[in-house]
Amino acid sequence: MTLTSYVLGIAAALLTLVIVVELLRRGRLRERHAVWWMVAGIAALLASIFPVTLEWTAQLLGIQVPTNLVFFVSIAILFLVCLQHSSELTRMEGRARSLAESIALLELRLRDVEGEVPERQPPPR
Amino acid sequence: MQTALEKTLIVMPAFNEEESVGAVVREVLDQLPGAGCLVVDDGSSDNTAVAARAAGALVAVLPINLGVGGAMRLGFRYALEHGYSNVVQIDSDGQHDPGTVPAMLAGLADADLVIGARFAGAGEYVASGPRRWAMIVLSSLLSRISGTRLTDTTSGLRASGPRAVMLFSKHYPAEYLGDTVESLVIAVRGGCRVMQVPASMRVRSGGTPSHGAGKSAVYLGRAMIALLFALLRPPLGRRAEGGTA
Repeated sequence: MTLTSYVLGIAAALLTLVIVVELLRRGRLRERHAVWWMVAGIAALLASIFPVTLEWTAQLLGIQVPTNLVFFVSIAILFLVCLQHSSELTRMEGRARSLAESIALLELRLRDVEGEVPERQPPPR
Repeated sequence: MQTALEKTLIVMPAFNEEESVGAVVREVLDQLPGAGCLVVDDGSSDNTAVAARAAGALVAVLPINLGVGGAMRLGFRYALEHGYSNVVQIDSDGQHDPGTVPAMLAGLADADLVIGARFAGAGEYVASGPRRWAMIVLSSLLSRISGTRLTDTTSGLRASGPRAVMLFSKHYPAEYLGDTVESLVIAVRGGCRVMQVPASMRVRSGGTPSHGAGKSAVYLGRAMIALLFALLRPPLGRRAEGGTA
């Protein structure tokens, strides 16, 4: 591994972490959505600073090329994030549905209440 | 019978049905005096709400399209809030005959959910080919689950008694086929008794029902998935819902 690729790995991991932390700090990202990105960023930082840990883990798991472990973990994390988003979307749909129902009920009630007021009577000022 | 009608709310989900909804509402009000009539405009882009209101129905307008299941849960919620004991679902395209409703309400004396079935003797509605086979498979499975003979589980004509209204106002699925297949499973698992009465169907005022082997296979597949997951779901009390606390 050349020095350039070593530095590039650390820089990429740091950039990811900085972006995630900054979004969290500004309230543009909620903690529960940031968990997997934080995990990914920290894992990437560790592996880029100490490449030995990556090689050691790969060997432990019986993976011959350590890079493949990186790909595997990356895909797994992306998969989990996608799944979390789908689940979140379902929840949001359920909430939107309930809100839509409530709005329709309120509108019906409003129409009912307004209907009770005699039409010729001028509204109080 | 009169008293049963007064405790009954007719709910008609309507999505872009401005041409037929008015006539159906007038027919319902005419044939079922005393019953409440609520049209749920399911995010239509035409004048469904205006037409239904002009015909004399109460109209609840959903700001977004939720599908039949969403529209029906709104109907159940309205019924519960306004003290109706029974809810009868009727399609707004005119394919259901309101004349069947009294027989269905009579059935509610012995059951919590009464389905108006198209193949149970009355009328001349005949589905043909693969679509019919798909419906037969589905019906035999659901008959087994519910413990009664059901021949038309995808019928949109159904009457719910107090117990089912309470259950459905909280748990009425909005997914595809959820309003027919899954709601039946929910009712059975919630302890409701299900039965069917024969109902005659008319030809739809507009549009033709889909046929064809491919479409029927897809339909059956989706129905099976809906059924499988309806059975796999956790019991009602522990379920995470979209927020109707």
